[in-house]
Amino acid sequence: MNKGVAARAVNLRKLYGEGDVAVAAVDGVSIDFYTGEFTAVMGPSGSGKSTLMHCMAALDAATSGEMYIGDVELGSLKDKQLTALRRDKVGFVFQSFNLVPTLSAQENIELPLAIAGRKPDPGWFDTVIETVGLGPRLKHRPNELSGGQQQRVAAARALMSRPEIVFADEPTGNLDSTSSAEMLSLLRRSVDDHGQTIVMVTHDPLAAAYTDRVVFLTDGRVVDELRNPTAERVLEMLGALTARTVRETVTEAGV
Amino acid sequence: MWRVTFRNLAARKVRLALSAFAIVLGVAFVAGSFIFTDALGGAFSGIIKGSTADVEVAPKGATDFDSSQDFRTIDGSVADELREVDGVDAVYPWNQLLTLYVIGSDGKVVGGSGPPGLGFSDVATRSITGELISTYVSGRHPRGTSEIALDVATAETGGYELGDTVTLVSPGDPPTLEAKLVGTVEFGEGSLAGATLTLFEPRAMQELFFDGRDVYSGISLNTAEGVSQEQLRDAVAPLLPKGVTARTGDTVVEVGEEGLSEILGFINTFLLVFAAIAMIVGTFLIINTFSILVAQRSRELALLRAMGASRRQVNRSVLTEAFAVGLIGSTLGLGVGYLLALGLRALFGLIGLDLSGAEFSIQLRTVLVSYAVGVVVTMLAAYLPARRAARIPPVAAMRDDVALPESSLRRRLLVGSAMIVVGIGLMIAGFAADGSLGLTLIGLGMLLILIGVSLLSPLLGRPLVAALGAAYRRLFGSVGLLAAQNSLRNPRRTAATASALMLGLALVSLMSILGSSATASTDQAVEETLTSQFVVSNVTGAPFSPAVAEEIRAVDGVETVAQFRQAFPKLDGSTAFVGAADPVQLAEALQFPMAAGALAALQPGTVLVDQTTAARQGYELGDTLPMRFQGGTVELEVAGIFGNPGAIPANYLVTPDTLRKGGLDPLDSLVFITGEDPESTEEIRTAVNTIVEDLPTVTLKDPNQFAEEQREQINFFLGIIYALLGLAVIIAVLGIVNTLALSVIERTREIGLLRAVGLSRRQTRRMVRLESVIVAILGAVLGVVMGIVFGVVLQRAIADQGIDVLSIPWLQLVVFVVLAAVVGVLAAVLPARRAARLDVLRAIGAE
Repeated sequence: MNKGVAARAVNLRKLYGEGDVAVAAVDGVSIDFYTGEFTAVMGPSGSGKSTLMHCMAALDAATSGEMYIGDVELGSLKDKQLTALRRDKVGFVFQSFNLVPTLSAQENIELPLAIAGRKPDPGWFDTVIETVGLGPRLKHRPNELSGGQQQRVAAARALMSRPEIVFADEPTGNLDSTSSAEMLSLLRRSVDDHGQTIVMVTHDPLAAAYTDRVVFLTDGRVVDELRNPTAERVLEMLGALTARTVRETVTEAGV
Repeated sequence: MWRVTFRNLAARKVRLALSAFAIVLGVAFVAGSFIFTDALGGAFSGIIKGSTADVEVAPKGATDFDSSQDFRTIDGSVADELREVDGVDAVYPWNQLLTLYVIGSDGKVVGGSGPPGLGFSDVATRSITGELISTYVSGRHPRGTSEIALDVATAETGGYELGDTVTLVSPGDPPTLEAKLVGTVEFGEGSLAGATLTLFEPRAMQELFFDGRDVYSGISLNTAEGVSQEQLRDAVAPLLPKGVTARTGDTVVEVGEEGLSEILGFINTFLLVFAAIAMIVGTFLIINTFSILVAQRSRELALLRAMGASRRQVNRSVLTEAFAVGLIGSTLGLGVGYLLALGLRALFGLIGLDLSGAEFSIQLRTVLVSYAVGVVVTMLAAYLPARRAARIPPVAAMRDDVALPESSLRRRLLVGSAMIVVGIGLMIAGFAADGSLGLTLIGLGMLLILIGVSLLSPLLGRPLVAALGAAYRRLFGSVGLLAAQNSLRNPRRTAATASALMLGLALVSLMSILGSSATASTDQAVEETLTSQFVVSNVTGAPFSPAVAEEIRAVDGVETVAQFRQAFPKLDGSTAFVGAADPVQLAEALQFPMAAGALAALQPGTVLVDQTTAARQGYELGDTLPMRFQGGTVELEVAGIFGNPGAIPANYLVTPDTLRKGGLDPLDSLVFITGEDPESTEEIRTAVNTIVEDLPTVTLKDPNQFAEEQREQINFFLGIIYALLGLAVIIAVLGIVNTLALSVIERTREIGLLRAVGLSRRQTRRMVRLESVIVAILGAVLGVVMGIVFGVVLQRAIADQGIDVLSIPWLQLVVFVVLAAVVGVLAAVLPARRAARLDVLRAIGAE
């Protein structure tokens, strides 16, 4: 299978703080995310997975290194162009849903298009609604929907503008297991049926098992990756990573 | 994107309604001012048009000056000649009096002493509107000297019916007369705006008030068909004696309306100043409301940014909300403004200006100005919060705790300090400059300092809040501590809320200091300069018959009676306040401090100038001042310069014959009575009272009562200003309610937590209340301090205008602060209730 690159990071660094107290949240990451693939980014808390995603999604500026969405290098873009890029090429799904409470489900889904001043394509709209299974709930406000339903609205919103890449930040973090499973199969379907590229940050091995590829991060660096993961293998890998981290920490401490 | 904007508007109705209310009040003030002055203008314009004939013949300049003392006349033969002129349809010679007051059946002056009491010849003139100037409604024309007709409103207010005997106070001799009411008339355009109109048979008018001579105050002419005003004027002009002119009705109306619009402009500006104050206070409220709304929505705004909304779109979305709020506020404001105009009508009715017949309409200009002011102010106020909203980083959507980007306090410090420095500079410049320019500079300086202080108030308020916090902790324990910390949590917001109150209270304190200083100055002036035992005067300074003084002179035990007269001629293009008196008499009544020359130097042909005026105009002894009266210009030599005599209202002092040369009939404004023997005071009082008791227009006062009367006038004026400033204070209080309500909502989760760990409902309420009191006291203290500073500065600035004693009403100022604290408690009622009612579990779960 000939896969293009939807997003790429080259030697990406992101520092917080200045001078001596600077902490590298992302410390020289180079990675490609391939078109039409469902990729999970995993790692222990503080491994820099969220920061990596924020930078790659043009939400936050990197300290150094290069980032690409498609062929566009983000570092050279002004705020205006970054805004347009987010609007047209990137979709988001957040852990805490982040729906506009005053808008109905349908209006929330159409919001990115409305911001861009475009009308939704009726055919695609129906397809997306069918994929996320929200038909009868479209007129409801977010507070009238369950968590799972809200997150499906958020997913539909991300897919609506047919972005080149969708970034999902712990999309199942606030959901029960049934809703999680629904959400993940929804994302999976949109990759399989519509060739959508998705990058998902998660710490749940079960969620990672839905993806094509898992990238492991520790201390701001990519340490390993896994193709066609299963929950068991992910868990194994995480265990090994944790063990290694513990060992390194102990060694560094000079014991 | 628009949808998000409008949904937000709908979802935050209450919040926005509160800030819209600030706009409503501000716009109401603007609209009310215009509606009121339009109605006022309409009423007076109606009077002018309704009383002016096609061509008016009168002594030169008769209508250009205050004409209540104008006694120049035209010989009766002129009227006969004019009847022969081609193009004349009718000739109506008339006589008029402007100080003929009607005494109601209750013994009081109808309409009070404010509006003029018109006495007029009963003639059938048609005005340029084509209507009769006066139309009989009931009864018949008066005949002889003992019959009159009154306008309907006066007869009704006075409680008179046809056949009743009416008492009149006249400027002639005797000062009172009685006549039978035989008819009632309606004035041409309906309303007389509170003035009274008494009609006499023309011949009777001459008999009673013009020594029976066949002379007239003026002649009205109506044109024959097909003859224009100008044609008739030109035909009439050559026949007129020297010093008498003919003018077309249109010219008379034009000149009259020019003078009118000047006065209206003054009233309008006066009211608009308060509108501006209300708007500025409202601006603080709007800035706060929008800042908080933006803060609450920061997550949502970040989400919009993350999804590709540009900064401009976010900015515009917030501004659109402001636009809508401004639009709604302005619309309501227009309506409330109409009510306010009716309120102003009632307020002005108190001083005798009866506008019940005037038409109150909302003109297009009023609508446009109201919307412009309302919408522009709202959008300007929302601009800063909107800009801050646009600066929210998109990544904030991913975070749990969203902090708004805050501009550093340092910039505020710099800008605020700069404004204060410039403000102080302007004030100093104001002191150096003269007259109104100086006062304008001082006023601008005050405004800049106020804004500067409100910018700095987060810093300035810190020690005060800290002190209150310490007191709270001692008094109320941990609840007090929480309240104090809450108010410190967002110093900007606390400061902005307090600033609104500060502005209102600074002005109220300023006015109270000026009022108190004015009262003290008057008291001192009266005490130091008034040596006579009694003063007879009219409350509003309206002149009265000199016959009163003559009668008093005849009273046993009276040594001297000093008659003081007033006139308002033009000098160097502006109106001069001139007093006229016999210098020997005056020296008996008043201590007259002279800076140069002697009081005795005042003789016919000379003038004394007061020190301040002389210094300002550069007049020196020996200079010649040309004073232009209606009767002509009188050249006067400066023979002395006097220090401020306080008790008399004049910058120039002349002898009575000067006024006579200027064409003015001598009427008295003040009569000072000095007894031979201090023991005989009570007998004189009794005797003089029997003379003036038939004259409700004048009263007898000893120096204390005289000072008291002046105090009452000052207090009345202060009362009006307090009422107008009150609206600004109300807006500020609304601001406190708004801020508290929002901070309660913002802290829902935290309050839930406090409740969960055992804070009782009562304690919750107290916490909110205490926070409110901190804000209120902060604003009040800052405001009162600013008010004191400004009061002292302004008193110094106008010290040479008679307010030379500084008096700070400390007790009153303390009361203001206490009242502010009470207001703080009241403002907290609703927000506190809301906080106490929060469901603990839900509050903790809230986002």
